[in-house]
Amino acid sequence: MGQHSSGKNYINEEPGLLSWFGTLDHKRIALLYFVTVMFFFLIGGIMALLLRLELFAPNVTQNVGQILKNGDVYNQVLTYHGAMMVFMVIIPGIPAILGNFFLPLQLGAKDVAFPRLNLLSWYVFMTGAALAICTFFSTKVDTGWTFYTPYSIRTNGAVVMMVLAAFIMGMSSILTGLNFIVTVHKLRAPGMTMFRIPLFVWAIYSTAILQVLATPVLAITLLLLAMERVFGIGIFDPKLGGDPVLFQHFFWFYSHPAVYIMILPAMGVISEIITTHAKKTIFGYTAIAFSSIGIALVSFFVWGHHMFVSGQSELAGIVFSFITMLVGVPTAIKMFNWLATLYKGSIQFTAPMLYALGFLFLFAIGGVTGIILAVTAVDVHFHDTYFVVAHFHYVMVGGTLMAIMGGFFHWFPKMFGKVYNELGAQLSWVFIFVGFNVTFFPQFILGAKGMPRRYFDYIPEYEQLNKISTIGSWLITIGFLIGLYTMIQALRKGAKAADNPWGSKTLEWQTSSPPIMHNFDHEPTVTAGPYEYK
Amino acid sequence: MSTNRLVDGVNVASHYRDATHQYDSNKEGIWLFMTTEILMFGGLFVGYIIFHTLYPEMFAEGATYLNWKLGFINTLVLIFSSLTMALGIYYCQVNQRNKATLALAVTILCGAIFMVIKYFEYTHKFHLGIFPGEKLNLEMVKPEHANLGLYFGFYYCMSGLHGLHVLIGMGLITWVMIKNIKGEFNSKYFTPVEGVGIFWHIIDLIWIFLFPLLYLVG
Repeated sequence: MGQHSSGKNYINEEPGLLSWFGTLDHKRIALLYFVTVMFFFLIGGIMALLLRLELFAPNVTQNVGQILKNGDVYNQVLTYHGAMMVFMVIIPGIPAILGNFFLPLQLGAKDVAFPRLNLLSWYVFMTGAALAICTFFSTKVDTGWTFYTPYSIRTNGAVVMMVLAAFIMGMSSILTGLNFIVTVHKLRAPGMTMFRIPLFVWAIYSTAILQVLATPVLAITLLLLAMERVFGIGIFDPKLGGDPVLFQHFFWFYSHPAVYIMILPAMGVISEIITTHAKKTIFGYTAIAFSSIGIALVSFFVWGHHMFVSGQSELAGIVFSFITMLVGVPTAIKMFNWLATLYKGSIQFTAPMLYALGFLFLFAIGGVTGIILAVTAVDVHFHDTYFVVAHFHYVMVGGTLMAIMGGFFHWFPKMFGKVYNELGAQLSWVFIFVGFNVTFFPQFILGAKGMPRRYFDYIPEYEQLNKISTIGSWLITIGFLIGLYTMIQALRKGAKAADNPWGSKTLEWQTSSPPIMHNFDHEPTVTAGPYEYK
Repeated sequence: MSTNRLVDGVNVASHYRDATHQYDSNKEGIWLFMTTEILMFGGLFVGYIIFHTLYPEMFAEGATYLNWKLGFINTLVLIFSSLTMALGIYYCQVNQRNKATLALAVTILCGAIFMVIKYFEYTHKFHLGIFPGEKLNLEMVKPEHANLGLYFGFYYCMSGLHGLHVLIGMGLITWVMIKNIKGEFNSKYFTPVEGVGIFWHIIDLIWIFLFPLLYLVG
């Protein structure tokens, strides 16, 4: 299709800063999310650095921290780090930024099914985020991002406000998911059958199903928690006949699928990067597509593995343990298909490819340690230790954040029409990849040695590994700063990007860089699968 | 970006092929949203089942404090309103604007009757000291079952969340009624009326489950 003759594109077609806040264009809304989510990532990251800095050394005097005043402050920082990273960064991250931008483009559509709802989702998200930040300036919440009862009912923090914030952001997540499902069902270009849609779309689609089906349960759980705090309705209060463990069941019924809301889109990004940058047809397209749906379905029946020591029955523990291991099957199918795609491919070690390879490496560790934790006998020992912290950071940071960075660099030329500096992008990968392992690998050992999570102090025996971990967190920071610098420099001085710099076959690369307002000059007609390389 | 165009007298957004394409997509979106509503109430129903299994006699005692006659009248009112809502959609589809307006107005009226009855039920209970959970006035109520407050926790949460949805539904019906008076709907375009109708039916359906579970459980 080539360059649009007039030089107009979605960025410059409507002038003025204000036009962005009323835009119905999915690409512009994606950029609104991009800026806000990155801002929250910065704040959540600073919190993480503070936590690691505090844990650099054991405390000299009891109840007085290294840099945080005391244990209460540590709990608050921990809560905001967790809540922000989960609800404001990783859950909206890939779907709302890359999904919004590329789902319609990859389908050959002009927009998502409900553009107005799409903009509303962003405003709803911002309302929730603003409310969450408000709690920071009233009485800070110290429950952890999981709001476990009975502590969340008793503590003085602004739990109700925080819970409402999560409720509102959940609503935004539901609306985004709903929009994407209808878009995939109804807005595919002529010839784009369900088995010709790119795997990124399959991943976002599976995620959307989870967002729509799981989030309402979080909504009612959080409402009940708010009611419990305000009116003392009793459902989670044993004094009145209620059951605090029920809260955990309800909470994880959402929050375990939410873990897959966080990782499935990342898997979609990896599928795109690997096939494009190895110039090879993806191995096992159907298997990868169905494994996304498989993971989504199984994820609804594993929530009990968060509760092996919460007093659920032994039988339930065994059942949840086995179903949890079952998740390993579709996940492994994906892993082996990606590896098989690389086999005899023309692998180019571009920054996106490096991030994808980093994902494979780290996610494998994160996934396998997940199977270890699914074994009930082992979990009793590892529960609430740093082993668990290391495990889920390997999945969420090593998995999702690596994929986000890889995806940003992969699609950067398309989103902004500029070429980024390859060296800078690769350097950011080196620091993030090395720094990540330096930070979190020692935490596996710490956990195995029995260091409990969520504490702001530890015995001197753990000091050395904690020091290494903290130094690693600085390396990660340098990596992200280099990545940010590379992107800003590319935006300022980058050369004009070609329409299809990677020689990709998917539809988003067949239009101009950056795309025109309506995405395509003519509605594309699809006659083949998305990855017909060789 | 969405610019609309007229296709066969219907306003169609540029990313849809035609009016049917747009209508099907909108309807799917509405049904998906209804799924989320049902799942949200589902959490309450699951909680109800769990605690009913644990303390069946508590639910039996709690139900005796409710006035099943008022609940029954409310059930009839809502079922009737479902009929008028369906008629409202039908009259829009056959271009009978005034009849549609009337049907929608009756539906809103039914919603209002429901809420007024609910209001009297609530205030009567407050008067008797029947509050949820720990606020239950033990001296005034003197319950046989120690956890009776929990039953009323469920009662107020379930009927309260439902009542909130009735209010939202009334607002939505008012909105489509005004649009109808302005003449925006006809046999080719009636998506908002139908969407609001689906919402209203789901709300009725939830009440049809709530009524026996809360009022008749003894």
